[in-house]
Amino acid sequence: MKFFGRGHGACPGCGLTTAVRNVLNALDGRCFVANSTGCLEIISSQYGKNAWGVPYIHSLFDNTAAVACGISEALKALKREEEGKVVVLAGDGATADIGLTLHGMFDRNHDVIYICLDNEAYQNTGHQQSGLTPFGESTTTTPAGKLILGKMGRKKDMVAIAIAHGSPYVATSSAVLPADIRRKVKKAAGIEGAKYIQIHCPCVTGWGIDGKDVVKVGNLAIETALYPIVEFENGKLISVRKIKDRKPVEEYLKPQRRFRHLFTDPRGKEVIAEIQRIADRNAEKYGLDLKKE
Amino acid sequence: MMKVVRGFYSVAHAVKLCKPNVICAYPITPQTEIVENLAEMYANGELENCRYITAESEFAAASILVGASATGARTFTATCSQGLILMSEVLFNAAGMRLPIVIANPNRAISAPLSIWNDLQDSMALRDAGIIQLYVENNQEAHDAIPQAYKIAEDQRVLLPFMVCMDGFKLTHAYEPIDLLDQSVVDNFLPPFKPKAYMTTKKPLAFGCYAPPHVYMEFRVAMQNAMDRAKDLMEKVFREWTEVSGRNWGGHLEVIYPDSKLFVVAMGSIVGLLRKVVEDLRREGINLGLVKLRTFRPFPVEELRSYLGDAEKIIVLDRSISLGYEGNLSIELKSALYGFSAEIISMILGLGGRDLSKEFLENLIRNAIAGKEASGFKGAKDFEEVIP
Repeated sequence: MKFFGRGHGACPGCGLTTAVRNVLNALDGRCFVANSTGCLEIISSQYGKNAWGVPYIHSLFDNTAAVACGISEALKALKREEEGKVVVLAGDGATADIGLTLHGMFDRNHDVIYICLDNEAYQNTGHQQSGLTPFGESTTTTPAGKLILGKMGRKKDMVAIAIAHGSPYVATSSAVLPADIRRKVKKAAGIEGAKYIQIHCPCVTGWGIDGKDVVKVGNLAIETALYPIVEFENGKLISVRKIKDRKPVEEYLKPQRRFRHLFTDPRGKEVIAEIQRIADRNAEKYGLDLKKE
Repeated sequence: MMKVVRGFYSVAHAVKLCKPNVICAYPITPQTEIVENLAEMYANGELENCRYITAESEFAAASILVGASATGARTFTATCSQGLILMSEVLFNAAGMRLPIVIANPNRAISAPLSIWNDLQDSMALRDAGIIQLYVENNQEAHDAIPQAYKIAEDQRVLLPFMVCMDGFKLTHAYEPIDLLDQSVVDNFLPPFKPKAYMTTKKPLAFGCYAPPHVYMEFRVAMQNAMDRAKDLMEKVFREWTEVSGRNWGGHLEVIYPDSKLFVVAMGSIVGLLRKVVEDLRREGINLGLVKLRTFRPFPVEELRSYLGDAEKIIVLDRSISLGYEGNLSIELKSALYGFSAEIISMILGLGGRDLSKEFLENLIRNAIAGKEASGFKGAKDFEEVIP
């Protein structure tokens, strides 16, 4: 609670706060946080009540990577780099959609740890789809209707984009894996350049789950291979979180209101089958299945 | 040291003397050569304790400076036209966060239609951002304006972005003999940037907190108060500059022949030409004065009232327009002189680099004084408007 938490307004069970606390603890609070407009900003930065115990800046929705680059360069110019690492905490919309300045950060390879807190939609404003909303999800801007069964586009592959930019360290993690978050953030902190870590953060209101089910649902995303937990160094896959007995995607989808239409509409079966194919491809691409001897 | 240089260099050299910590920009005509000059100095190791970054857009450039300025760095960027508009979301934000970023803006028209040529429409569009705007007449004034901009913007009583507006092409590309300042002059005049609040792990502070209705207004009141304080401080800094440099650029205004009843009011490089126009018209027996408006934000209402309160006729030369109303400077001046009796003739001219000759301006002013020239566009050709 030292670096983050006094009086934040997150929902009980919110994945963001677990992720943020573990990021800050991994760096022992020796960091500068640049935060985009969104859930985390709104729950933590009301004037007079901010929840931050580290230097913090919120500028806009769409410029957080660039703001972080500016902090990083200023610390270099002022010879204050020993003060700490520069960390972006941005939502999935701020990262994959409106946050255009991410590409400049990668391109110039500023010394920044960019953390995308991926709750898979604009949850702060009531669950609108973002580039990281997965296929088949019903959001308020891609609602399930008589004609269309939710988002019919795919989840943007930010990991591949970060790797394509030549990022020296790219990883995914999940709010349900606190030790994994800490290890990866510590590792990123030891590497110079623009790093990217995408953390899956269950959202009780947007996903339509109970706070008590956050850990279960978060784990199911991993165990179904819908959220591969991977780690790349200089473009090379160096670790994956193996899955012992991969579960069918229905187990992950069914408890969540955002996918409920797939089980009530007869055409939902086809969408679920496609989501299963996405999971299968993930498992194959990253070698997620633990081979039975 | 007197040297013949282009407008770009007069700005870049002054920026170098101010020892910025982070320079970040994106190229755009007619600004580019300012940052090219700085990039060259950076590449040659002439900028100490400085990082120079070529951003991927003006939006990113301004954003990078938000982060840098909040961390306690002295910052500089140059942009104009589309670049300034692209920066605008960030610049409104920077002003609200009270970050004293200094911007050189070689004024250029706004698209569409695309025009790289000069008018004042770009900076006028940022009128309400909370940015101090100073308009210069020539490249020496631009050179001198940079250290003054930092001194004013970074003062703890102000802490607002500062934009030095200079006419694109007309000034930027012009060669003029410039008295390039010595480093020691700037060092003595401009203290290092030492903000009381900045991002540091030694004393963590939160920047850019959101404000619910019970506090938002107070932040805007504070910005307005800062603008008011800037107005007083600027007068003081302008006077100090005269002592330091021996050059007197006036206060918020420069008024030539203040005892006149007839006045021309203008901003920027056009004033250079108007000085000659006024002299020649006075020789014809027209009792004409000239007001060069330097500071557009904060707007020097009291000064304008004191000089123009007794005027009978004021001719405003506007090089931008608030479409649907009239010239931007006219709007401001009419508001400032509300309750006074002067007739104000608003002339919109020179848009998109349309040439303004001495004869053209002379005739306009002569006719306006004779009551034969009404408000409106001047120098626009008759044409058949195509309405699809």
